[in-house]
Amino acid sequence: MTDKTHQAPPGPGFSTLSLHAGQRPDPTTGARATPIYQSASFVFPDAEFAAGLFNIERAGHVYSRLSNPTNAVLEERIAALDGAVGAIATASGQAAMHLAVTTICSAGDHIVASRSLYGGTHNLLEYTLPRFGIETTFVDPRDPAAFAAAVRDNTKLLFGEILGNPGLEVLNVPVVADVAHQAGLPLMVDATFSTPYLCRPIEFGADLVVHSATKFLSGHGVVIGGLLVDGGSFDWEASKRFPTLTEPYDGFHDLVFAEEFGPQAFITRARKEGLRDFGACMAPMTAFQILQGLETLPLRMSRHVANTREVVAFLQDHPAVASVSYPELDEHPDRALAAELLPLGVGAVFAFELKGAREAGRAFIESLELFSHLANVGDAKSLVIHPASTTHHRMDAAALKAAGIGEGLIRLSIGLEDASDLVADLSRGLRRVTKLLAAKS
Amino acid sequence: MRTTVAGSEVFIGTGSRAFDRALPGIVFLHGAGMDHTVWVMAARHFARKGFCVVAPDLPGHGRSGGQPLASVEAMADWLGELLAVLGVTEARVVGHSLGALIAYTFCAGQPELCRRLVLLGMSAPMPVAAAMLAAAQDDHPAAFEMANTWSHSQRGKLGGNETPGMWMFSTGQRLMERTLPGVFHADLVACNTFDPPAAETIGCPVMVIAGSADQMTPPARGRSVVADLEQAGCCVELVELPGSGHAMISECPNAVLDSLIRALT
Repeated sequence: MTDKTHQAPPGPGFSTLSLHAGQRPDPTTGARATPIYQSASFVFPDAEFAAGLFNIERAGHVYSRLSNPTNAVLEERIAALDGAVGAIATASGQAAMHLAVTTICSAGDHIVASRSLYGGTHNLLEYTLPRFGIETTFVDPRDPAAFAAAVRDNTKLLFGEILGNPGLEVLNVPVVADVAHQAGLPLMVDATFSTPYLCRPIEFGADLVVHSATKFLSGHGVVIGGLLVDGGSFDWEASKRFPTLTEPYDGFHDLVFAEEFGPQAFITRARKEGLRDFGACMAPMTAFQILQGLETLPLRMSRHVANTREVVAFLQDHPAVASVSYPELDEHPDRALAAELLPLGVGAVFAFELKGAREAGRAFIESLELFSHLANVGDAKSLVIHPASTTHHRMDAAALKAAGIGEGLIRLSIGLEDASDLVADLSRGLRRVTKLLAAKS
Repeated sequence: MRTTVAGSEVFIGTGSRAFDRALPGIVFLHGAGMDHTVWVMAARHFARKGFCVVAPDLPGHGRSGGQPLASVEAMADWLGELLAVLGVTEARVVGHSLGALIAYTFCAGQPELCRRLVLLGMSAPMPVAAAMLAAAQDDHPAAFEMANTWSHSQRGKLGGNETPGMWMFSTGQRLMERTLPGVFHADLVACNTFDPPAAETIGCPVMVIAGSADQMTPPARGRSVVADLEQAGCCVELVELPGSGHAMISECPNAVLDSLIRALT
């Protein structure tokens, strides 16, 4: 191999794809923006064309639960940004996660997942899926050997968040992907916190990606949506563990997805079965609104990261703050890994521990005026929450500790305001904490 | 479906229907570094319409065993052996890019078997860029990236896929990345050294489908093939797909299928 002598021509850049991928000016009206195709169903030109659509021999749309022209632009755009073969827009990030699991897992199957997960994902894996016969073993996201050790004969999936919630453990995607592939399994990564602007997990070996598009992808906090993304690189046939993709499917005239669709096998089955039968589709208006956000994703993420760095620097030096967990800091155990996987920045969600624990946390949050106290991240506006009493309230003290969540932990999602105003607001809260600490001492 | 040719296993896509040699046959031949999955939509259509679909993975490609063959002539001979093994005695032959060269050569050599010929992304000869050949010789990923980039029109590089939710650019890339070392280079060498049989040897009606924005086999090459066939007295039709690149099966799946239906039924 002689790397220096071979160079492929460049394709469109990330910003160009953010604006254009998947969409052409509307051929009928000339509309430059993606139209909202607010239609439940689509007219067939003739009976033969209709038969072709139903038999997957024609490209087009039948019914908006299965596909919709507005959603298709969003799906294609996120696939382009993630370097994937295809994607499916879903009603929420949770729906994307559920669609992924149910496309390859059946009753009796097993998942190995990071134990540092969004509370909603934890609920699905820990409490709900076991009712349907799908069990999950949770492991330390920083311990790839633990992923390997937890794999069983019936395991179908390894899963983790690129940035753990809320501790920001950086998932070592190349190493965990290698663990997965050696076991004949795919690795799925939740990349909600990073977006493809900061990290493209498929390029590091991940096979599937899920996003909550409610967060940074849309950036405006006005919609709920999810995206399931298929990298197209996993060899389902070689693994011999995935009958839903490699054996005839009664529900589609004995179609064998891996044989007929090759790299698109997973995402095609997910659409033709999971979206069809579970029905957690995205509304076209939602897809349109997420597309408006995606157009400015590179600009917004740069600003999110820049603001976050200023806020982190401020908090790190404040006497009322016990610790700050942000993977760009020298003391963070994943600093080197973060620099490798997320060179443009490690996002805008991070946590810090106040001195004074639970009481201080409550006083701090109630003193803030610019930060909004709510259960979301990735808004253009800055947000704050106390995980132990909200997103992770179902976890007992031991589980919280195992997930790296202290009782006084505060999670921030840094928005696009002027950084100086954010620092001023946080200063207000920290003054209250300082007074509280002084009164107690 | 699987069978054996010259001691090696061959995978054949049949459009998800049982193989039945009594039905009129259609052969679909994929291009360099590809496999039968590029034909999924056309294969499913013609299988549903009562044809015996034979969409093989060439030796060393996709799910087929064996080593890649060194020349278009060898590939055409292999196709003849495959059809003999299958008991297919007449067929419509469709090929894309390298597959078009194989289809053309097969029909020239065995005109008695061929009822129709459809050539997509055709050029005769089919010179290959030296940079891509060199990268492929080193099994360097840049070879796939060159082929993929040059195979899509400028419009196609930004998507707008007719198939909902699919990003065709990465799909082409992933398909080529699945090839074993040496396979893509062998395919490109076969294209580069292709010596077209005389047009007079083609005895069946022909359709040439060209993409107006094809950088790999520019439409002028397709027109030249048509002119040669017309001069030889062939019944030939040219279909030019506006704005399409070389990856016309994914860029214009419905227009390609419409053209195939017109050519083959």
